[in-house]
Amino acid sequence: MKKIHVTTTVNGDEVDFLCEPQQTLVDVLRNTLELTGTKEGCSTGDCGACSIRFDGALVCACLVLAVEADGKQIETIEGLAGDDALHPLQRNFLELNGLQCGICTPGILIAAKALLEANPDPSETEVRFWLAGNLCRCTGYDKIIRSVLAAAKEMRESAHA
Amino acid sequence: MHDILENSGFDAGKDLKIVGTSPVKHDGPDKVTGRAKFGADLMVPGALVGKVLRSPHAHAVIKSIDCSKAEALAGVKAVVTAGDFPDFPQGTMPGDMTRNCMAREKVLYEGHALAAVAATSESVAKAALKLIEVDYEVLPHVIDPAAAKAPDAPILHDHIRTKGDADAADAPTNVTERLDIGMGDVDKGFAEADEIIEREFTTEPMHQSYIEPQACVAQVGDDGQIDLWCCTQGTHVFRDRLATLLKMPSSKIKVTQSEMGGGFGGKTTLYAEPAAIMLSKKARRPVKIVLTRSEVFRATGPVCATRSRIKIGVTNAGRITAAEAEMIFQAGAFPGSMFDNAPKAMFTRYNLENVKTVSYEVVCNRAKVNAFRAPCVPQVVFGVEGIIDELAQKLGMDPLELRLKNAAAEGYKTVFGETFGPIGYVETLEAAMNCDHYKSPVPEGQGRGVATGFWFNRGGDTTGSLTITPDGSVTIMLGTSDVAGSRISISMMAAEELGIPVEKVRANLADTSTLGNNRVTAGSRTTFSSGMVIIDSARQCIAELVRRAAEIWDVPEDGVVFEDGQCRPAGSNVGEFDPLSVADIAAKTSVSHGAIAGHSEMHVTGAGPGFGVHLIDVEVDKETGGVSVKRYTVIEDAGKAIHPGQVEGQYQGGAAQGAGWALNEAYMYDEDGRMENAGFLDYRIPVASDLPMIDTVIVEVPNPNHPYGLRGVGEVPVTPSLGAMANAVSNAIGIRQVSLPLSPPHLLAQIDS
Ligand code: FES
Ligand code: FES
Repeated sequence: MKKIHVTTTVNGDEVDFLCEPQQTLVDVLRNTLELTGTKEGCSTGDCGACSIRFDGALVCACLVLAVEADGKQIETIEGLAGDDALHPLQRNFLELNGLQCGICTPGILIAAKALLEANPDPSETEVRFWLAGNLCRCTGYDKIIRSVLAAAKEMRESAHA
Repeated sequence: MHDILENSGFDAGKDLKIVGTSPVKHDGPDKVTGRAKFGADLMVPGALVGKVLRSPHAHAVIKSIDCSKAEALAGVKAVVTAGDFPDFPQGTMPGDMTRNCMAREKVLYEGHALAAVAATSESVAKAALKLIEVDYEVLPHVIDPAAAKAPDAPILHDHIRTKGDADAADAPTNVTERLDIGMGDVDKGFAEADEIIEREFTTEPMHQSYIEPQACVAQVGDDGQIDLWCCTQGTHVFRDRLATLLKMPSSKIKVTQSEMGGGFGGKTTLYAEPAAIMLSKKARRPVKIVLTRSEVFRATGPVCATRSRIKIGVTNAGRITAAEAEMIFQAGAFPGSMFDNAPKAMFTRYNLENVKTVSYEVVCNRAKVNAFRAPCVPQVVFGVEGIIDELAQKLGMDPLELRLKNAAAEGYKTVFGETFGPIGYVETLEAAMNCDHYKSPVPEGQGRGVATGFWFNRGGDTTGSLTITPDGSVTIMLGTSDVAGSRISISMMAAEELGIPVEKVRANLADTSTLGNNRVTAGSRTTFSSGMVIIDSARQCIAELVRRAAEIWDVPEDGVVFEDGQCRPAGSNVGEFDPLSVADIAAKTSVSHGAIAGHSEMHVTGAGPGFGVHLIDVEVDKETGGVSVKRYTVIEDAGKAIHPGQVEGQYQGGAAQGAGWALNEAYMYDEDGRMENAGFLDYRIPVASDLPMIDTVIVEVPNPNHPYGLRGVGEVPVTPSLGAMANAVSNAIGIRQVSLPLSPPHLLAQIDS
């Protein structure tokens, strides 16, 4: 099948790739660019494991065609940590046991980061509804919600400091 | 015999420095940064994409399969069907297993694999599947467990005769086995009862719903050596089953486990792995197969539906005099549902004398069911706990009080023949009665449900090794899988033994060539059993450290003690020596005696049974029938919580899975036996906004067979969950709930009538 040339930006780096017209962005991120931190749990937009930022918007990478990435800015879990430190969300998930198996974790971290940008001081209920598109089968969500709330608090405090 | 199994050295008064804290787990940093490699994350140069052709029919004879057009498609490197695999007689273990992985004579469920292709890209592989021509003769199908048991049901396997039933005719049937388990005299027991309740209960087929679909990469070398990478709960079990199915020595197969994105019992079984291997062998290239969510729902995992009739009698004073049950368990297309757990566990926690159970396992046209946390138990505990609740109401007694009056304790001989050692059911009930949730009044408009549950907890074949490196830090090899945090918990126990910081210990998961055999990671056995072999290994290292310190000081070995991570003179008569730390002694290993390492292989025994109580408050919307869970508390005996954060996580995760099962989750089949809701949109597991925070109370009644008193905590948190939710909803709307799931339409119909 004839492939299409796409030029895009992933985690700040210019990247180009060849893809088939029907290939999804999650497929290309994982299998062509080998950025396997983004997970694929359903391929139908129902589990949130493939959550990424697409020109800032929080999207399911399984619902985006790879060709649509042309000229766009993409952020994935691989770009979440800073150069020398984990993001506060990552650290709080580790310290508060916000992950068990960890397959949902990259998607949840990306979604939570988008939440905290939009709303730095969310209530428990707001966190629950924001993350309602990110399935976790292991944790019962309790420690995920606590980790997000703790990270939010920490980020607010350091913003004021 | 291993000393540790005879004498664990458990010491309730021991001052613990690491056990009981909650450090960051080893696999955590890679999992929050996206570096961790799960099943689908291994990229192998030159790998082909494997895809599986699956039956669109629930039950059909395969008259012919023609793969020639697929084979001719450019980019297709191999096609396999059942004919490429060794055959085994139907009804034998390998005969059933190979047929489940690749259908032979018949397809037995929608989604049953019957061919696989390997191609240079996903799009070519998909196109190739469309070119495979299969001629089916469609047969009548049956899925419902009671219908499958009926005499006129469509028959799946002509060879099946009912085991354990003297009255069964010598004719084909779907009833694979009848199991009678009981004790005492239930007729006498019911005659002594003042109140008797008997009810029928149903639960529907569901799925473990791990978020990571099964994935594997197989590479077969030209010497026939097989390398398999996959997400699995049991590398050795996979290897040995593959060796059987492929008729080759186990030593020619190496299985390496990826990180596992949830299993819950569902990753204990081979699915596409044999096909990936055979495709790789034919194509002489690596082959990767990643299942889709729809394949996961239709062809892997599922959890058995049940039909049960349960009867319990009680005196006015609240003494349970007899309990009886007759149950049907839905095995799916092949036997092996582990249904025997149910009659053994369903009443176990009450100190009953008179129990009678009759259990039937039936095959039917859905995927062969697989283990799911406490296999087959929550489904029937749901009924038992519903009746106990109702009896308490009849007697005007507090529901936990009634349970406490009948609670099993140390010395009780169970229906499965084991006499309980120290157990914590009474303590767990008391903790529930004393917790804030139970002491708070039920809020207006809500209903509260309580239920209790039990799981045996398991041990079994386990291996591991522990090595002290020259700088005194420690590496561990584990032959089990890590489903949620066993690596850190086991490292903590090793660090506690050796008196070193846990940051100096690193546990790794072994491939099958590294260590001896391990049972699957299942049954809440891993932190317990792998913990035992690693503690045993650590103690071997300590003995060696003591020997070497004695040699350095030139004193007898019994002149040296190991305490707080150091070898010290046992007394002043031994002489004056500065203590030698683990690192001090390790530093000398390269000049004398070589490395200090321990390894241990055991059939681990002595698992301590676990008990739990769930408390749930719900509100039912009378307009929609929707249930909202307002408050949830899990109270459970962990023996000793090695890593309380992980233990709480097990409790909370189990509760959430139970909530989904009780309220929503069920397979929906169309009239042709095809699953109608094979995706997360229509098969709805709980999402974050469906649940409240889940409070936990960790009870600690130590299991003295374990050096730190640990009991497994993986299964118990699901066992009471269905019963507690059903009791909560029953109490909220004043109608006794006997059929799950308690979905809005189901409840609305009851409320409206
Ligand atoms: S894989 Fe994209 S939402 Fe599930
Ligand atoms: S931690 Fe396993 S799915 Fe969320």
